Amino acid sequence: MLELDAVTYRYAGAPRPSLHEVSLTLGDGEVVGIVGASEAGKSTLCLVAAGLAPRTVGGTLSGHVLLDGHDVAPLAMHELAERVGICFANPATQLSRVTATVYEEVAFGPMNLGLPRGDVIDRTGAALDAFGIADIAEREPARLSGGQQQLVAVAGLLAIRPQHLVLDEPTAQLDPAGTQLVAEALARLAADGASILIAEQKTDLLAQICTRMVALEAGRVALEGAAAEVLADERLSGLGVAFPASVRIRRLAEAASLRAPQRDKLAAALATMGSPI
Amino acid sequence: MTDLALESVSHVYARSGVRSLDDVSLRVAGGERLALVGQNGSGKTTLVRHLNGLLRPSAGRVTIDGADADGYTVAQLARSIGLVFQDPDQQIFAGSVRAEAEFGPRNLGLRGTQLRAAVDEALDAVGLSAEARTNPYDLGASRRKLLALASVLAMRTPVLVVDEPTTGQDVRGVAVVRRVIDTARAAGRTVIAISHDMEFVASAFERVVVLRAGRVILDGPPSAVFAESSWPALRSTFLEPPLAARLGAQLGLQPTPTDDALIRALAQ
Repeated sequence: MLELDAVTYRYAGAPRPSLHEVSLTLGDGEVVGIVGASEAGKSTLCLVAAGLAPRTVGGTLSGHVLLDGHDVAPLAMHELAERVGICFANPATQLSRVTATVYEEVAFGPMNLGLPRGDVIDRTGAALDAFGIADIAEREPARLSGGQQQLVAVAGLLAIRPQHLVLDEPTAQLDPAGTQLVAEALARLAADGASILIAEQKTDLLAQICTRMVALEAGRVALEGAAAEVLADERLSGLGVAFPASVRIRRLAEAASLRAPQRDKLAAALATMGSPI
Repeated sequence: MTDLALESVSHVYARSGVRSLDDVSLRVAGGERLALVGQNGSGKTTLVRHLNGLLRPSAGRVTIDGADADGYTVAQLARSIGLVFQDPDQQIFAGSVRAEAEFGPRNLGLRGTQLRAAVDEALDAVGLSAEARTNPYDLGASRRKLLALASVLAMRTPVLVVDEPTTGQDVRGVAVVRRVIDTARAAGRTVIAISHDMEFVASAFERVVVLRAGRVILDGPPSAVFAESSWPALRSTFLEPPLAARLGAQLGLQPTPTDDALIRALAQ
């Protein structure tokens, strides 16, 4: 379980807080999506939830961040890293820069946990397979395309198998197939009981994997609820968030006041597309 | 107007030995709006880096208005081809938003009121006028990305190449990018964009080129590339047509690559 209890956070030197009184609870196995306009506080929320702000980036925090009921503040860095993983938006920030191959990069996290060699090999192989990157295992991470780097970064993080996971736009540079692989991997982790917080612009992806959603506006929670409700909420676009394609098309159809038979045909076709909303 | 052409271009990365482009031929006429799509690692970024000389072909040639690009330095090509990187942090270095946007046009020789006008226009186009004195690293990642776009816009190159411009942008940011592309088009400039967002591609571009393993497998208007007959090729490289195109096909309509096309076809 991952909890934020009335968290207000201000970056060092900032005139006002980036998060105001944010409270949020993620149960085990729950995937919660964070949406909002640029600079609404999504990335800051990720840093705070992962225990990295103020720990490594400075600033001041009031309220509490709790992992399984325990405040993260007194934890040593290695204790924190064992409990919660974070995936940064830019893979260039995430990759260790000290490994020569993709294989070593993905193995880096499990090795640092001090796992037995056999476990490291198992986890690395499983992560490479899960993300379809076994064929580039011998390549140098720095010389991959942006999207390939992002897949390697996410694979390396998931190989740690953290109980709590925070992801900041993990699929920004991924193609649709890569995005789907990440969605499936996150769903598997959640099924194993991980609590997952994910900030994303791709609402179609969130519609697929989230149980609940939070929309932020200027550092405050503006909308919160079941994913299907929040993603269809008409206030969403006013918050700078794109509707999922199915919601967008349905709204356009309503605005165009199509004749009833056409509207029904469209609704029937939408229903066959397997869209969860 | 600047015409670009790749003639049987192949590129093999020397260090890894990876063949990233494999006999690619592509002509882009001045003023076209072209989207380049394909899987991660399919060669999109490698291709556009050939346009401004950051990479040179291992075989074949790149021409700018018929002249071999090998005859020009990167600095000379930069006058014609403006390239915005996918990761703004590979590009940004100055201490203020204005200084960052000034760097390109200043290198092209602009000074005084001309320089000021070019920078003002570019910052205005991406909505960063009010942040001219801000340090770029005090901007969020999505606005740094818009700044990288502005710095290239300020050079007023006849060709604008953008690598994943909508990544990480919210609804407003995407609208800004779309407006920049439309404005460039109206001014007769060529726009080439790499994107994974098929809905953005279908609605903002008149030509779509699909790469798979360094080869062009589809090339045409969105209505053809996203038409049902192209789906096997698209799916062979794990791309999904936009929802509007799939709904249109299911309903037996003519190709409807965009939401608007779908609603129009239904309203008839």
